[in-house]
Amino acid sequence: MRETPLSNCEKLFILQAVADRKRLDGRQTYDYRNIKITFGTEYGCCIVELGKTRVLSQVSCELVTPKLNRPTEGIIFFNLELSPMASPAFEPGRQSELLVKLNRLLERCLRNSKCIDTESLCVVAGEKVWQIRVDLHLLNHDGNIIDAASIAAIVSLSHFRRPDVSIQGEEVTVYTPEERDPIPLSIHHMPIAVSFAFFQQGTYLLVDPIEHEERVMDGLLVIAMNKHRELCTIQSSGGIMLLKDQVLRCTKIAGVKVAEITELIQKALENDKKVRKEGGKFGFAESIPNQRITAFKIEEAPVDIDGIEEQAEEILTNAEPPPTVDAKPVLCAPGTGQIGEGIRNEWMMDDLEEEEEEDDEEDIIVEPGDQKMSIDQGKDDEVIVLSESEEEDVVVLAPERKQKEVRSKKKANTKEPQQVASKALTKTRQKKKKGSRL
Amino acid sequence: MAGLELLSDQGYRVDGRKAAELRKLRARMGVFGQADGSAYIEQGNTKALAVVYGPHEIRGGRSKALHDKALVNCQYSMATFSTGERKRRPHGDRKSTEMTLHLKQTFEAAIMTQLYPRSQIDIYVQILQADGGNYCACVNAATLAVINAGIPMKDYVCACSTGFIEDSPLVDLSYIEESTGGPQVALALLPKSEQIALLEMNGRLHEDHMERVVDAATKGCRDVYAVLDRIVREHMEEVSPTTLVGE
Repeated sequence: MRETPLSNCEKLFILQAVADRKRLDGRQTYDYRNIKITFGTEYGCCIVELGKTRVLSQVSCELVTPKLNRPTEGIIFFNLELSPMASPAFEPGRQSELLVKLNRLLERCLRNSKCIDTESLCVVAGEKVWQIRVDLHLLNHDGNIIDAASIAAIVSLSHFRRPDVSIQGEEVTVYTPEERDPIPLSIHHMPIAVSFAFFQQGTYLLVDPIEHEERVMDGLLVIAMNKHRELCTIQSSGGIMLLKDQVLRCTKIAGVKVAEITELIQKALENDKKVRKEGGKFGFAESIPNQRITAFKIEEAPVDIDGIEEQAEEILTNAEPPPTVDAKPVLCAPGTGQIGEGIRNEWMMDDLEEEEEEDDEEDIIVEPGDQKMSIDQGKDDEVIVLSESEEEDVVVLAPERKQKEVRSKKKANTKEPQQVASKALTKTRQKKKKGSRL
Repeated sequence: MAGLELLSDQGYRVDGRKAAELRKLRARMGVFGQADGSAYIEQGNTKALAVVYGPHEIRGGRSKALHDKALVNCQYSMATFSTGERKRRPHGDRKSTEMTLHLKQTFEAAIMTQLYPRSQIDIYVQILQADGGNYCACVNAATLAVINAGIPMKDYVCACSTGFIEDSPLVDLSYIEESTGGPQVALALLPKSEQIALLEMNGRLHEDHMERVVDAATKGCRDVYAVLDRIVREHMEEVSPTTLVGE
């Protein structure tokens, strides 16, 4: 299935928002979305959520023969899957350009920066080495896959434990976790990718773009760094022309972001370690009751409700009355439809109106607040008005003449202003009257 | 490879160059008869061929056509005999696909694609001998081929790789220098406006050194530009001796 294209209106809206330094989800230009890291029951398994983008990562290992040109080095393999589960735009079983790009970026970010000591994965030189496989699955696509994937990969690699081995002569023994504690990988540093989206030929720049922003951006710059402020990968893509200063500014921002994310990762890893040690509940199963796995939670956003009532009242008093609508539009001929507003009936209204205008003015001076309310009531409380007018002996007007009705009611108000103090009040009063009559 | 001195105390590199010196760059334009544009380039021992067809009608699926600009189609391949170890497949693996994408991106930015809506421009590049700086050789060769085909570009695209060893940036890395695993920056530049069409970095490099490395790469690109411009002008004089270029 092809991706639903963005309409021109949506594109313009997003671009305008970007130009106004606003973002669709209320973030600032350099803000990241919330990052959540959840661990599985097994070692080396985690889900990373970056806003609504989520990536599942699983690390596994096996003993293989090493490559001929590197007999003493273990092998690390990365594989990112973009399944149609995550977005209808992804086609099953096809190596799309995007997929190749993302996979290569991951490889370059994590393998070429030598963040994992591959020599420690060697068991017997030239014969047996560990092959570490990192499988990443995108579970939901809401933009910025590469950042989420790079975090997921490095988190699961640091979480992973490989079985212990011993060599006696020619014999290699692999121990189960029950026999000997599994060993963590030796990780030198944690490279983390930070994406920058460029808009309007590089005039505007956003960190961590969501999917909609990605669709209208001109170009993307991915910078992978570690917390020691070492650049591990830079990749520009899309048809933008960058300037040196822009790149240098982005590296500075990336440095700050990476420091924050690394801290978060370390906290998450320590937390998981502590829980496992204490024998508490951990893993995905623990997350199911909180709906962290099965569904998206609605984030509770704090809203300031101080003085909200006064504010609402202020808005009500300042607001203009809603336009009156004719209950019955004029039909040109039976069976014809008409698009647009009906024409107001002005027939035989002239003399009445003149009289009322004076009254209206008076009314407004006496009780300016009531005007709106009475119109509101006039709209749906026809019965009340009619019965009221019965009591007050006001001339009953034809029900289709909405405006007249309201005005007549206003007339009544001037006579007895306390009657229309509130809608509820009139209603109860009415019932009482009816009851007494019965 | 351990113990290999990439930069001697006297400031010379393994192949006798200075830190900011390029390898010998030689090129020829118009080496193929059938193609609309072609070029052959040698940067030291790295040799590349580039062929350009187009702009022509979209081939293979009209749905790919872009209504406001030309589609740039690239293919990067490495000859099976280009590397020390014989390559099994010349193109189609992850690295080649990535290189194809990068080439495409570079030339989409540089070619004035808006002049040819609903058409296609094919750029085929082949590495005949790989000795480091493959991407850069490809970009430089493709630039000459596009110029040879008479397709308007915003500017020449010049590419240059840079490493960083022992606190000094090394320009135009050879295979030996690349394979030591130090940081590498590949930069494709439009020299007149100093705009970066593509920036790629691998390995580990401290943020503080970044500016120096980019500056060195920019300088390298300008040097490449000087050579390419000379080659283009010589070629023009050769093709049409009556019209003097630059007057």
